[in-house]
Amino acid sequence: MTVLARLKNIVKDFGAVRALDDVSLDINQGEILGLMGDNGAGKSTLVKTIAGNFQPTSGSYVLEGKPVVFSGPAEARRHGIEVVYQDLAICDNLTASANVFLGRELMRQVGPLRVLDHKRMNTRSAEIFKELKSETRPADLVVRMSGGQRQAVAIARTRLAESKIVLMDEPTAAISVRQVAEVLALIRRMKAQGLSVILISHRMPDVFDVCDRVVVMRRGRKVADKMIEQSSPEEVTGLITGAILAA
Amino acid sequence: MSAPDESPGMDIDLLKGSDRSVWNRVFLAQETWIALAILVIGLIVSIISAKFATSGNLLNIFQNACFIGIMALGMTPVLISGGIDISVGSILGMCGVTLGIVLNMDMPLAVGIAATLAMGIACGAVNGVVIAYVGLPPFIVTLATLSIGRSLALVLTNNEVFYEFGQATDGIIALGGGYSFGLPNVVYALIVGVIVLHFLLTMTRWGRYLFAIGGNEGAARLAGIPVDLIKVSSYAFSGLMVAITAVFLVGWLGAVTNAIGTGYELQVIAATVIGGASLTGGFGTALGAAIGAVLVEVIRNALLIAGVNPFWQGTFVGSFILAAVLLERIRSLRR
Repeated sequence: MTVLARLKNIVKDFGAVRALDDVSLDINQGEILGLMGDNGAGKSTLVKTIAGNFQPTSGSYVLEGKPVVFSGPAEARRHGIEVVYQDLAICDNLTASANVFLGRELMRQVGPLRVLDHKRMNTRSAEIFKELKSETRPADLVVRMSGGQRQAVAIARTRLAESKIVLMDEPTAAISVRQVAEVLALIRRMKAQGLSVILISHRMPDVFDVCDRVVVMRRGRKVADKMIEQSSPEEVTGLITGAILAA
Repeated sequence: MSAPDESPGMDIDLLKGSDRSVWNRVFLAQETWIALAILVIGLIVSIISAKFATSGNLLNIFQNACFIGIMALGMTPVLISGGIDISVGSILGMCGVTLGIVLNMDMPLAVGIAATLAMGIACGAVNGVVIAYVGLPPFIVTLATLSIGRSLALVLTNNEVFYEFGQATDGIIALGGGYSFGLPNVVYALIVGVIVLHFLLTMTRWGRYLFAIGGNEGAARLAGIPVDLIKVSSYAFSGLMVAITAVFLVGWLGAVTNAIGTGYELQVIAATVIGGASLTGGFGTALGAAIGAVLVEVIRNALLIAGVNPFWQGTFVGSFILAAVLLERIRSLRR
């Protein structure tokens, strides 16, 4: 299996607080990696470091063989790293299409001016929603949408570019059971296309349903990194709570 | 799946719901309600007094509304991005004083206007930088600059009134007090302002990002939008619109006192909010700000014409702000 990204001895301090303590992690191509841990265990910091929101205090981050230091999420995105955030990072007052293209709007030339190409953005969004088998309509305001539709909008954002790694932060936390199945199916579809997916979740059944490998974080440290079939929900629970120290 | 009701070009996707009929959308638009309110108030006052509906008075209302309206156009992007600028009256003071001093030195009109616009942009940028980069709340920052600006206007003028504009005297009076094709020049400034701002809000990245920041600042940051820069630009834009107002207002008044613009912030914010901009960010239109300014001015004028003691004006303007915010609540429930 090809290693797409390799994090080595990553440390991240916020003042006196050490959020990540010597974390090393390989991200393999076409693999669904489950990232688990209690609140404050460092999952979000790790994800934000991979996604370019944070620069590590020390340690190396190698992407496709080249060391990288991202100035921000936009640069990470140019390198094919996409994030679907827990709070969905969606603007309620904008349309689905405006959200999908937020930060990378399609423009067209009108005389000397470059203006938003609403039509092309709506058409492209409609295509993506169709691909995701979602009934979301591009020109609808997000404020009127269901949890599943909002999730589709957030996921659609990752489908714009040729992404390589998709980080998903609690994608199944706030949606109905039927919609969970849809999202998990989508994650499998992304894997089938050769994408690497990192699934951050509290929901044990989801992780054991779709993931190939599971990584457990506790107090800023990586306490386990093993193939899913070599672990069990009981072991992972123990690792999260600290009943089991490492595996 | 087909993309529903594509109107090419200037569609405001904020009020655009594909399941809404045209009638429904017009009915939901705050602009429609305000226009109706203006008509109703106008009709009632016309019945009370014949003096209201004369062309002279209506023109007077419109001229006054334009000064507030142009500043309200500047306030709109600030409110959309979730900020507020209560220093606009003092920025108007600084800009007016700048124009007075520069023209008093017998400089050409173009130099005076350039200096005024630069002052407006600079004042707004100072607000924006402190708000975006230092991270202090917009209300507090602009409350401070409201005080600082008015004080500096006093310092700069040493409490002197400027009415000598040297070689630019005729030019500035003609610009601010003059007419073109039967309408005061400032009316054209407002109309151009509405068109330009509508274009900026609906057709450019800048506009899209303002709405995104007002809707969910965290999301905007995660999407890689230069949030701080956009915020600074919104306050600078507000300052620029105030400076444009200052040029027309000084020409119209024919003199600059350091008290120019005192208390305008209330009327400007009232006009913007009545026109449908949200004080919590995320909503606002160029046309709404202009129509809101007309309503504020119609109320003021109607009360005077109807013989109501002017002391009551603030009560009425305040009540209309409350009504507008309440209306916004009701509309958002209907959505």
